[in-house]
Amino acid sequence: MTKKKEPIWIARELSKCSGCRKCEIACSLFHEKRIWPEASRIRVFMLVPGVEFPHFCSQCEDYPCVQSCPVNALSVSKKTGAVLVNTKTCIACGKCISACPGRIPHMHPNGKYVLICNLCNGDPQCVKVCQEGGWNVLKKISKEDRIYKLYARTPEETTRDLALKIYGEKAEEFL
Amino acid sequence: MILGYAGKFLEVNLSTEKIKEVSFDDEILEDYVGGRGLAAKILWDRLGSKWEKIDPLQPENILLFLTGPLTGYFPGGRICVSGKSPQSNGVVGSTVGGEFGVELRCAGYDGIIVTGGAKKPVYLLVKDSEVEIRDAGHVWGKDAKQTVRILTKECREILKKRFPLYGEWKEPAILYIGPAGENKVRTAVVAAKWTHAAGYGGYGAVMGSKNLKAVAIKGTGPLPPVANMKKIERLIQVVNDNAYESELWRRWGTGGGGYEFGAKTSSEPVRNWQNEWHDEKSFGVDQFENRVWIKQSWSDFGCPTCCLKIAMVKNGKFKGAITDNPDYEMQAYLGPNLGIFVPEENVFLSTLIDDLGLCGIQTGNVMGFAAELFQRGILTRKDLDGIELKWGNAEAFANLAKKIALREGIGDLLAEGTYRAALKIGKRKNLDVLQYAVQSKGISIGAHGIRSGKDYPEIISYVCSVQGGDHTSTAGLPLAGGGSELMEIFNDSGVYCNFNSFGIPRNVRFNFYTAVTGLKLTRKEWCSTKALRVLQLQRTMLLLGGPDQKWNPKIHDANPPRFYEPLLSGPYKGKTAEKTAVEEYKRRYYRAVGWDKNGIPKSENLRKLGLQDVNRALENLR
Repeated sequence: MTKKKEPIWIARELSKCSGCRKCEIACSLFHEKRIWPEASRIRVFMLVPGVEFPHFCSQCEDYPCVQSCPVNALSVSKKTGAVLVNTKTCIACGKCISACPGRIPHMHPNGKYVLICNLCNGDPQCVKVCQEGGWNVLKKISKEDRIYKLYARTPEETTRDLALKIYGEKAEEFL
Repeated sequence: MILGYAGKFLEVNLSTEKIKEVSFDDEILEDYVGGRGLAAKILWDRLGSKWEKIDPLQPENILLFLTGPLTGYFPGGRICVSGKSPQSNGVVGSTVGGEFGVELRCAGYDGIIVTGGAKKPVYLLVKDSEVEIRDAGHVWGKDAKQTVRILTKECREILKKRFPLYGEWKEPAILYIGPAGENKVRTAVVAAKWTHAAGYGGYGAVMGSKNLKAVAIKGTGPLPPVANMKKIERLIQVVNDNAYESELWRRWGTGGGGYEFGAKTSSEPVRNWQNEWHDEKSFGVDQFENRVWIKQSWSDFGCPTCCLKIAMVKNGKFKGAITDNPDYEMQAYLGPNLGIFVPEENVFLSTLIDDLGLCGIQTGNVMGFAAELFQRGILTRKDLDGIELKWGNAEAFANLAKKIALREGIGDLLAEGTYRAALKIGKRKNLDVLQYAVQSKGISIGAHGIRSGKDYPEIISYVCSVQGGDHTSTAGLPLAGGGSELMEIFNDSGVYCNFNSFGIPRNVRFNFYTAVTGLKLTRKEWCSTKALRVLQLQRTMLLLGGPDQKWNPKIHDANPPRFYEPLLSGPYKGKTAEKTAVEEYKRRYYRAVGWDKNGIPKSENLRKLGLQDVNRALENLR
């Protein structure tokens, strides 16, 4: 993969997702040394069959999650632009989840701290497997002056949009 | 405890509503692995002594949902469904794709054992170690898509309420039945997502007989610990790279088959197997790809292949029908087998079959059988409740499928599956109609014929299989070879998708097993002891059979009569299976697997495998 100037962003084309969940496997292997889908920082939702998509941090310009943290456990990486969770200070209160327009962060199944994509310190593992398989849902790009917050959407919102794209007017029957 | 296992199984008695955790000794897991192998062992230990009396559709049957140690690790997750089969009265290891197996293992279980039967419709909700039996009255009668919609929403709401700080809950994995299973149709499936199905065996009917509409699981743990994660990562890469090399396999899945198995290999059922050749380019994969596929890659957990696609009819009277590919089996059985060669009509029927919770293979087979009887004037329009069951009439077949799922009128008879329906119709009409039934021991034959000799099944593949007509479990020699049923037993016991094992060196799967469990296992050892043990157990329960049907190998270890009729046309016109060759191959096969000349497992072989009680049970049959 060509090296991208940091900070970076993961561009996403959600409707191409096959639902293979290799991103979850790669993410949990990298961060947890296990295959652990619920501890993955990127999670594939399938609220309607056929409408699979990865749900993960979009690095909003104003980082509402970071601002909402009562114990300053969240910070922004100067290098990559990712949100970093200090797992020792995080109190698992869930305020960042409510602050996120897409309710993207979720608790580690151990219940001790919240999980947010940290861009694997600049070398996102999910992107590698997605590219390797030729799905190209995820691509690493240099962060430009764009409104990334648009991608901070709840699973329901994204499901509705994608279901409409895939199934047209039939989508209403499945939502 | 052996590595790679969660170490416990959930046992739910639906009659008493008692829920407990059970485990198996390491030796049992080591010998029977999981999935199909372990199913045979559990069923034999618990029901073997009264096997002939067990009615598969009564609460005394046991329903199993079993993973294997490779589930979630070997790319392409599956789950194995089993029990006493209402089709064969034996045991079928019926696997289905999806995330259910992975979720189950992440919830901390290797499997679920369901006994008894609920008084009213229920579903099971499992969240890690929290298990509850919930009312399913509101989803009873609902089709596949509505069942999935309602239960997905409901379970997520329950989780959200219970764990408000967790964040967004992903959907649970759900296995369920449609109306066909509820009505105990013998060709009913256990389904996942909208279109995935454990079809062979008829376990949808078993679920229905237990009033169990669905099982929903959310597991938040990791997959069980393994012996060598680094090695597993390397092996996953081997499987992935192999798949990534196969451009057209990934692009088309088995969807190229609808045309090619007809035009190229002459092994596709055409009008109830009256022919196996067609050259209908209207049924080419390009037509499907360009006209109806709306999603090119659709896959299950960890799968590099994505053989599934999603199809939707965009215009005409079947507009709005949505199903997967259809894959080759659905193309064939709900296409040429019914005289249908139009992709939209095929997608329409495949959608309906999914929605009703029917098996496309078994139901396509029995509908083709009925249509041939109509063609021959044996079944009249009156017999068929006014349906003009002409080849190619998609709407007529749709009406019939609905009647089968609801057991209405003629549908009630055909809901018994091809073999049982043939016996009943034969009696009613005083005619031998079994000659038109393309099945083996109660299980309809998959869409891969043997007459041309150009497809993968051999002349004894269905004759000697312990799963009858199951095209994913065909018998053949040599026993340690790629065409052996013993290798299929490994796939179904490790529980992963065999489609991802095509083209990888054969030892990769055994290396996988070792990397996961830490136990050495070679192909030779598997084929000479462990797999044979599973095979003998399955064979024994198949032969014990009952209560409504029993198989006599001298009569029933046979190809359907149709396979001895010469192919009518095409490049292999005139070709047929030869009885003498079949008998000779059968004798060799019996010898190789340790069965006597009558097809009964021999005492000495059973003793050598440590199956003394099996030997005693077979004494009456010798």
